[in-house]
Amino acid sequence: MFEHDVLIVGAGLAGLRAALESIDAGKNTAMISKVHPVRSHSCAAQGGINAALTDRGDDWKDHAFSTIKGSDYLADQHAVEIMCQEAGENLIELENMGVIFSRNEEGKLGTRRFGGQTVARTFFVGAITGSAMLHVLYEQTVKKQGQVYEEWFVTKLIIEDGECRGVIAMDMHTGKLQIIKAKSVILATGGAGRIFEPSTNALICTGDGLALAYNAGASLMDMEMIQYHPTGLAGNGILLSEGARGEGAYLLNSEGERFMEDYAPEYLELASRDVVSRSEQTEIDAGRGIDGCVLLDCRHLGREKIEERLGYLQEVATEFRGIDLAEQPIPVKPTMHYIMGGIKTDESGRTDIPGLFAAGECANVSVHGGNRLGANSLLDTIVFGRRSARAAIEYVSTVKTLSKDKTELNNETKRIESLVNRTNGERSATLRNEMGVSMTEGIGVYRDADSISMAKNKITDLIKRYPNTSIDNKGKIFNTDLIFNLELGYMLDVALTMCIGAEERKESRGAHFRTDMTERDDKNWLKHTNVKKKNGEPIFYTSDVTITNWKPEIRKY
Amino acid sequence: MVQTAKKTVQITIKRQDPEVDGNKPYFQDYNVEVEDWFTVLDVLIKIREQIDGTLSLRCACRASICGSCAMRVNGQAKLVCKTKLTTVMKDNKILVEPVGNMPVITDLTTDFKPFWDKMLAVDPYLKPEEEAPEAEYIAPNEDMVHLVGVMNCIMCGACVSDCTVLEVKDDFLGPAALAKAYRFVADPRDDAENERLSNLIEDGGIWDCTRCMQCVEVCPKDVDPMSRIMAMRANSMDKKMNKSYGARHANAFTSLIKSSGVLNETLLILKTKGFFNIIELIKLLPLAISAQLAGKRPPFLSHSIKNKDNLKKIFKKLENK
Repeated sequence: MFEHDVLIVGAGLAGLRAALESIDAGKNTAMISKVHPVRSHSCAAQGGINAALTDRGDDWKDHAFSTIKGSDYLADQHAVEIMCQEAGENLIELENMGVIFSRNEEGKLGTRRFGGQTVARTFFVGAITGSAMLHVLYEQTVKKQGQVYEEWFVTKLIIEDGECRGVIAMDMHTGKLQIIKAKSVILATGGAGRIFEPSTNALICTGDGLALAYNAGASLMDMEMIQYHPTGLAGNGILLSEGARGEGAYLLNSEGERFMEDYAPEYLELASRDVVSRSEQTEIDAGRGIDGCVLLDCRHLGREKIEERLGYLQEVATEFRGIDLAEQPIPVKPTMHYIMGGIKTDESGRTDIPGLFAAGECANVSVHGGNRLGANSLLDTIVFGRRSARAAIEYVSTVKTLSKDKTELNNETKRIESLVNRTNGERSATLRNEMGVSMTEGIGVYRDADSISMAKNKITDLIKRYPNTSIDNKGKIFNTDLIFNLELGYMLDVALTMCIGAEERKESRGAHFRTDMTERDDKNWLKHTNVKKKNGEPIFYTSDVTITNWKPEIRKY
Repeated sequence: MVQTAKKTVQITIKRQDPEVDGNKPYFQDYNVEVEDWFTVLDVLIKIREQIDGTLSLRCACRASICGSCAMRVNGQAKLVCKTKLTTVMKDNKILVEPVGNMPVITDLTTDFKPFWDKMLAVDPYLKPEEEAPEAEYIAPNEDMVHLVGVMNCIMCGACVSDCTVLEVKDDFLGPAALAKAYRFVADPRDDAENERLSNLIEDGGIWDCTRCMQCVEVCPKDVDPMSRIMAMRANSMDKKMNKSYGARHANAFTSLIKSSGVLNETLLILKTKGFFNIIELIKLLPLAISAQLAGKRPPFLSHSIKNKDNLKKIFKKLENK
């Protein structure tokens, strides 16, 4: 107990995949997660997972090119090549583990077409692909008796002699802090959607791993690259999968026109997400929206197809909006969905800090660059979850010393106690709402120097106010009030790096579209933006993008 | 979303805090201003964020896919993120309690350990006999679509909460774990069907269900656990797994009706338990005596119905089907 070779923070798809690899290699492995593994936000991925299967004549290079073009040439091409080459093997392995993928007439894996790609190479389970994969990977860790610190919240990474040697975490059931020593730590904590309001993301997507890494001195890269999903449900932003458009659904403006014909004549509704979201926003801003939304129209697909292939969407539409997709179009709008940016890693998940690895949405390898293609995120979690574990296993064999820490646990315990004991401060939710609104306004689908600086000033102000917030719940057992406050701290740190990235990148690329600098500038900005913390202050620097086979071209859909 | 007039509703929450006052449950009322598109979860979050941060509950996706937020609303298990207030409010009031059949940790947060332990007890992973094929397993799409119906289960525990068997019998595996078991029994890629079924016919397994339909009624994802349990019963009997009392009861029922057209309940018990199963029969004595005293003892002998031959024809037809 409390000593491991490989400790994985987060038990969504990337974390579970990493754990399986490490368990199979015979390493003393544990996962630590603030929620039960199957509650992880990977469950909300709907549409599918991409892979170019050679046995049916597909070519990984075509998948790689689509991914790179989708990224607006900001992805590191060697990493994209790895992901696309390893996709097939990983997909088949998932199927063999038990994922109930849809089949074609021959009983082989069936596909649907997804955005930004020319062929159908997205494999799926109805509209619950993420959930189906998550449950199966969890089943496999159960089979292999993988250890999970379930409902434990990590408050700090232990860094000694410049190396990561474990974490300090709170058992939410007792409120007690504990050192968990580890020869290597893999962060697989997912995204940070709750920084924005609204967002398609779960309430648990609070950028914990990003902040932990950033505060430990690791770099966060391309944090300005925020994906707005074209079909978030109006209001609270619940996701309606790209699978709908993959199956042939239309986007209509208030005049009933398929407006994507004007913006992406070839790909139409299946252009990359940044392009579709911008087109929607342009229509809405030009007065051709309906209450700030456009319409997603599935009617022509017919009830049978909707129910078999888009069942979960139909459920969401009916339950949350009282709309039957077979009868009526549903209002949707661009909604914050995913961060392409993340903890800077190499193609094996290694961060700037020895012993610290990252995979999945919290990491930036970078395979998504300026814009992620639909159904590439599940692939990313599986491929790089596994690769990061392999790198960690290799690293572990070189580690001689475990953490000898005596003081950090004490310091953390005192820090948390003083937070709990503070009284009469502002409520966490007040700050969180101010943050969410400002970030959506400042770092939105369209942004400019003024909006970015407004957001940055706001976040800076909130960071100053945060130490004076207080909580109502003074108890130890399952104190969710305390967890929210700690999560708010994480989100503010991460939000600041997003503002800095957006401020520094003086061009428009992928999801980062500045109305004051509308062109892509390959001469000066074919570069990654990075933010790291030094002496308590954020430092900005750029790094090179790896180009292998695909020279940047004009990007048209 | 169209913003509409706000109104105030009264939410009563069953709370308890193991750190205070001997962990005694109590009810607390909150008056909350709501929009008419609010879900029950929206109200609970509003309370926690703006009124009373001490309220503890689990929630994550807000979109009925993570399974965190099952609770009892007005006495019935619901996934609160997909339960619109307007559908459950009575006179502008609702009652929210933690899910049933699980120990409470604090407030609306319950201990899922027994839930997961039962899930683990059904070996919830694919058991293929041979090495995996080089590519994917070939499987009919209908089979996969059928399984997705079960795979829709998000492990929220609503069915377990309201299961009437679990209320009186702790060791029943329960609807969620049995639906999970079915997911593997019915998977054409799984080769452990016999092993699984022979475990599931034991005490605490598929024959414990009383078909009360509660799990079907409360499941927020239409998984229909009861039908899955019934499918496994039929499946096990097709495989001649007839030793359990459940299977014997079903067989005895059929043979009695077939032979006389009338259900002789005394014989039904004797056939189910076994004529020479003295220990079990003695256990039933108190029940028999109290039935006798109340004048409710079924007759020892019963007569056949008149047109038995027609009945036999019906059975013949069914059996040849």
